Amino acid sequence: MKKELQKEIATLHTRRWFLQNCGVGMAGLALNSLLMRDGFGAATKDSLAPKSSHFEPTAKRVVYIFQAGGPSHIDLFDQKPELIKRDGQMPPAELLKDYRAAFIHPNSALMGSKFTFDRHGESGIEISNLLPHISKHVDDICFIRSMHTDAVNHAPAQIYMNTGHQQFGRPSFGSWTLYGLGSETEDLPGYVVLISAKGTSGGASNYGCGFLPTIYNGVPFRGSGDPILYLSNPKGYDAQAQRASLDVLKKLNQQTLEATGDPETAARIQAYETAYRLQTSAPELMNLGQESEATLEAYAIKDPKKSNFARNCLLARRLLERDVRFVQLFHEAWDQHSGLEEGHTDNCLDTDQPVAALLQDLKDRDMLKDTLVIWGGEFGRTPMTQGKDGRDHHNRAFTMWLAGGGVKGGHVHGATDDFGFNVIENPVHVHDLNATLLHTLGFDHEKLTYRFQGRDYRLTDVHGHVVHDILA
Amino acid sequence: MLRSAFSVIIVLVSCLYLAGESTIDYSREILPILSENCFECHGSDEGAREADLRLDTAEGAYADLIGAVAVAPGDPEGSELIYRIETKIANDRMPPKDSKKSLTVNAKDLLRKWIEQGGKYDEHWAFQPPQKSDLPKTAKHPIDAFVSQRLKKAGLKPSKTASATTLVRRLYLDLIGLPPNPAEIAAFIKSYRKNKSASIDVLVNELMQRPAYGEKWTRLWLDVARYADSNGFEKDKPRDQWIYRDWVIQAINDDMPYDQFLIEQLAGDLLPNRTQDQLVASGFMRNGMVNEEGAIIPEQFRLEGIFDRMDCFGKAALGLSLQCAQCHSHKFDPISHEEYYGLFAFFNETHEAKSWVYSDEQLETIDNVRSQVLELENGIREKRPDWKTELAAWKQEQLDKNSIWTIWDTSLQDWEGGLNHPEELDDHSILTLGHPTVTGYSITEGESNLPIITGIRLEALKHGDQPFEGPGRSYWGTFAISEIELYRKLPGEEEWTQIEMKDASADFETEVGKLNDYYNHKKLDPDNKRRIGPAAYLIDGDTETGWAPDRGPILRHTESAAVIVFKEPCAMPEGSQLKVHLIQSHGGDGNDRENQQLGRYRFSLTDVLEPKAPTYDHAATLAIQKNGQSLSPREENAVFRAWRNSVADLDAANKEIDKLEATYPEARTSVLHSAELQPGIKRVTRLLERGAWNKPQQEITRGTPAFLNPLPVDNPTRLDLAKWVTSKEAPLTARVQVNRVWQALFGNGLVATPEDYGNRSPKPEYLDILDWLAVDFMENDWSIKELIRTILASDTYLQSSNLTIELREKDPNNILLARGPRFRAEAEVVRDIALAAAGLLTHKVGGPSVYPPVPESVLYFNYVKPDYWEPATDENRYRRSLYMFRKRSMPDPVLSSFDAPNGDVSCTRRIRSNTPLSALTSLNEPIFVEASQGLAQRILREGGDTDADRVNYGYLLTTGRPASKLETKEIIGLIESQKERLADGWLDIRRIAFRDPEIVPDLPEGITPREVASWAIASRVLLNLDETLTKN
Repeated sequence: MKKELQKEIATLHTRRWFLQNCGVGMAGLALNSLLMRDGFGAATKDSLAPKSSHFEPTAKRVVYIFQAGGPSHIDLFDQKPELIKRDGQMPPAELLKDYRAAFIHPNSALMGSKFTFDRHGESGIEISNLLPHISKHVDDICFIRSMHTDAVNHAPAQIYMNTGHQQFGRPSFGSWTLYGLGSETEDLPGYVVLISAKGTSGGASNYGCGFLPTIYNGVPFRGSGDPILYLSNPKGYDAQAQRASLDVLKKLNQQTLEATGDPETAARIQAYETAYRLQTSAPELMNLGQESEATLEAYAIKDPKKSNFARNCLLARRLLERDVRFVQLFHEAWDQHSGLEEGHTDNCLDTDQPVAALLQDLKDRDMLKDTLVIWGGEFGRTPMTQGKDGRDHHNRAFTMWLAGGGVKGGHVHGATDDFGFNVIENPVHVHDLNATLLHTLGFDHEKLTYRFQGRDYRLTDVHGHVVHDILA
Repeated sequence: MLRSAFSVIIVLVSCLYLAGESTIDYSREILPILSENCFECHGSDEGAREADLRLDTAEGAYADLIGAVAVAPGDPEGSELIYRIETKIANDRMPPKDSKKSLTVNAKDLLRKWIEQGGKYDEHWAFQPPQKSDLPKTAKHPIDAFVSQRLKKAGLKPSKTASATTLVRRLYLDLIGLPPNPAEIAAFIKSYRKNKSASIDVLVNELMQRPAYGEKWTRLWLDVARYADSNGFEKDKPRDQWIYRDWVIQAINDDMPYDQFLIEQLAGDLLPNRTQDQLVASGFMRNGMVNEEGAIIPEQFRLEGIFDRMDCFGKAALGLSLQCAQCHSHKFDPISHEEYYGLFAFFNETHEAKSWVYSDEQLETIDNVRSQVLELENGIREKRPDWKTELAAWKQEQLDKNSIWTIWDTSLQDWEGGLNHPEELDDHSILTLGHPTVTGYSITEGESNLPIITGIRLEALKHGDQPFEGPGRSYWGTFAISEIELYRKLPGEEEWTQIEMKDASADFETEVGKLNDYYNHKKLDPDNKRRIGPAAYLIDGDTETGWAPDRGPILRHTESAAVIVFKEPCAMPEGSQLKVHLIQSHGGDGNDRENQQLGRYRFSLTDVLEPKAPTYDHAATLAIQKNGQSLSPREENAVFRAWRNSVADLDAANKEIDKLEATYPEARTSVLHSAELQPGIKRVTRLLERGAWNKPQQEITRGTPAFLNPLPVDNPTRLDLAKWVTSKEAPLTARVQVNRVWQALFGNGLVATPEDYGNRSPKPEYLDILDWLAVDFMENDWSIKELIRTILASDTYLQSSNLTIELREKDPNNILLARGPRFRAEAEVVRDIALAAAGLLTHKVGGPSVYPPVPESVLYFNYVKPDYWEPATDENRYRRSLYMFRKRSMPDPVLSSFDAPNGDVSCTRRIRSNTPLSALTSLNEPIFVEASQGLAQRILREGGDTDADRVNYGYLLTTGRPASKLETKEIIGLIESQKERLADGWLDIRRIAFRDPEIVPDLPEGITPREVASWAIASRVLLNLDETLTKN
């Protein structure tokens, strides 16, 4: 019902815009009727207009918290008492058959987790005490302890997780989502990216649109300088000069539109107007001044101007509130080949509370039910030690978790062996995860395709099975 | 991206059925239905084929399969296919439910009619060689003849010729990617009035002579060639590859025949007597990404690099989506899995090479040095008539001396912490590729093959996958070893015991010196204490000193050897283990690229007391050891050099040679390229199961797909492949290039899918134009300039682009070409227009890439922040966008917002978009803002005295046409209103007017900064006009 209404409003809006902005002169009149026709719309159709998916979705928007570097599942979500018992011993030989870690010789001593685990919530799910805040939400969370992937180096593994392919050049999950669902907002980009800690191994390809049109790219909001590149007027200008300039520009471009009838010109006129709106909406979004002390405290934001993961979590909520379809956070910090205890402790201090606050905030706003929250990285870490106190990349088993958007809360899916080495129950491959994520958005992952090079490409390549067990 | 910002300009594949009921066209109407719905299970992929039925060939479709025939020509009722698509019995129905495909009523109807009409299969148009169709005798121009035929059928008329002002700008933008200046516009209009077609011919020819022509068309090719200035992946190190770009510019400006253009890029390294330029051309092969992340397995990513090369070859030349056959036989085109790897073998069996590239003057110097050295050496030969005997005796003596070494067969090769995974080759040498590790040590273990050892020899060897063949992996292909440590473990022992050493010697003893600043390491060596020097540094217990043999540019890439003597002979009873650490602490810490790793090395052991390294280059030792086998000129030369240096009498001549060789220049730059495998290095190509690098299957030999033109060569090379693809029998090569040129000029290709001409690509509306031009292109010796000339000479190209109501209704996407092209210029042209209009553009052709200014927040998003990114502040700041540094993991924010690809993969088509982000960019990005300031100053300097004249001049500079009255009024209105506000202090005059508010440039007499500022505001509007950004 609400969806229908939104769609109608959006259509009306588009129509109104054409009437208002293109309805100049004789050519304009003819244009209006023509632009609404299917055949003609094809040339300049609003590729970002809200679209319906294949079936009723359970998630309308997504916040994807990508914990880049490879968080250790054994130390965070998947407790292994046996591993602690065998600390310092060599792994069983049969475990290592055909196995290749990235850095270490697989035949390295096992290392038990230094962290303690406790049961939480009604579900009694066990998670590490490194995550005291997320612990409070376990009843809303679905832990997938049986994730596995094919890639064991960061860049390929990250783009695999994000684009469904280890080689570059494919669209990201966020781009597919935008391509499939369109955007609900006219004032902000439909797919926003927030980065903390440092740049990711996979670089811009992690949120790139691959062979899809550029409009489906993730748009990074920057932590310093202009939140959106080149958002500010040039130095010396004020808002009035900007408006006066844009008014003249619009008038002159409308003349061109009348003379040429080129729909691309109509689109350009609109783009400049939207750009102007962005100049207001983006700084407004970034300004946390409207948020209460209590909120800032809940997110553990000490300095609201300082860019970090906590601030990005709050920005994510603000973006989702403003109908941004897909927000993706990247936090490249988890690659602890050495000093894992200290590194993971710090990372959890930086991220645990803000993530919990985001979950709570979404819940308080009744948004969690149709917002899909994803937490995870590109792979897990080895039960074997690297050096004295680190762990290597591990692709055979790791944990990710989901919340909201129609997934089961207080649920654990899949299991690993006594070492957290292999998945022994309900394995979920990257493609299975992506198929499932698309499912919550109302897509049959086999049908959300784009024809390129004569082939119908999809996020899940030729693989993937929806994991129905984790859907509410 | 913003929703209402929209507008992707995609040509939808819309077929216009112009005639009513008529014969069904298999290619246009049936093939798309079959390939969409049937070929996945009934196509060319044998592995996926169901019920033994294939519908992609007539043979398969007509075959009697146990009483049923899928397609019975003329008999729909007797055709199983019709039954299957029309039946209501769910189990029988095709396509099956789980395929999630279904046929429309219209499609079913078409299939029925098609079978009624005989169910005829045509070969796919693209797999047949192109032919020129007959033209009416009266035809003035083939393109126009085809177009007018088609328009007549559709009841349309071509548009009238565009105005002279539109044409001149269109021609400038299309040919050189820069707008005409007012004088050029005026000149053209004058000559156009005299003689329309002659004036166009003259202008076209004149523009084609400009270097800017090559610059403009190079950019298009660089998209296809996936050119970038960095390696991609996590480390994304910068690379020097711009010389390849220079080569493309030159080739295009010289109008190198396109077949040659492709041959040199695919196999320039294999051409007989190849030139340096031809080697540079083969840089095309290596423009792809290189992974240098820690701990990678180099072979995995080498193979991915070959996949990328295949993809690029498919898109650039073949016009086929080869990628589809990487994991299994192609579903839609007749390329089998085996055939994919047959092609793959051509690319796989090469080195990932890098070579120095010298300037012309340097090449001359090198020639001089070489010929003078040769002269001197010949002098030696003349003066010593018995030199051959002497040399032979000397060689024998050396051979004996060297026979003391036994090569060590090792059992473990590693790098500290696993950052590298070295591998042992057949000759027991150890090769390290992948991550360029800056500090750490290599670990080698194994049993000793001698019961007693007294010393060890380390050979530093070359390999074709190392920069400049190595032996090192540094920027210069050199290496430094800080320390060598040896350990022994006797049978039954748990711990390693270090072996003490007493002496070290090397074939080349470096003079003691400081480390090059390039290797600065703030943490490891804050006070720059590290030194390089002789082999003794290997065993002095000090990691701040190291052995780094670098013989200077002429002999830099030669083998070296060091010999270490133990304090005491070391017993190695059976089962004893030996371990060697090569400690390398001479790398730097910036951007992760200043490694000095030794790329390929080998150890030998001896039991002879007091072994010592010879004092001549190890290259000679290796050559001498080939006792009896024929030597390469390089090896002969090394031996001769070693011998003459050993003869005391020749001291004077030797010194003279040394002096000459010291003038050998350091190369200007380098290039990544392909190269034949070195002798002794083998790469066997195997079919990879599902395309997985670690699932090799049967061996595959080089070959080409059977359905294409034959390759009648036994054991073909990559050069044969290049000749095969540029053969006139190749069905697609010429078409692919013609289509690419057409797409650049008209905005859309004649074939809408330039990345794929296979069975799934729609039959083009104007196949006749495509084929006529393709044949003509080949007949004109593959001249791209001639091809462009031909297209530009057509009335079709010269048409006005105005969209009439009729055209909007009948052909909104301009498939029928009843009007001229109009679309936003490509990213680089958009930016160049601004620079050119502003008079800022620096006309300098070629050279290294320049760093454009980018916001700090963009630099911050890199995994490794590029601290080398220093934006140009001199004239390089305003070079053409072609020269902007392209960093793969950090797509340029300006160009990417106008849809430029970042070079990760080969790109044959940019999908144009209009977004608020691009609007913000051209409004506010510093270079565009500086252009608004430049334009303002230029208008005030050159544009006359009245405001109206000035507006007019501004319009000419940006849009190429005079301003209308209304436009003049609007712009003057803006200037007037803002002038006041500037005076009132609402706006900052100097900041708006000048790049640096502290520096006021010379202004024309009577012009105030306030005036400049007001015009800068207006100029910013002019630069953002739809017409300025658009090629019309």
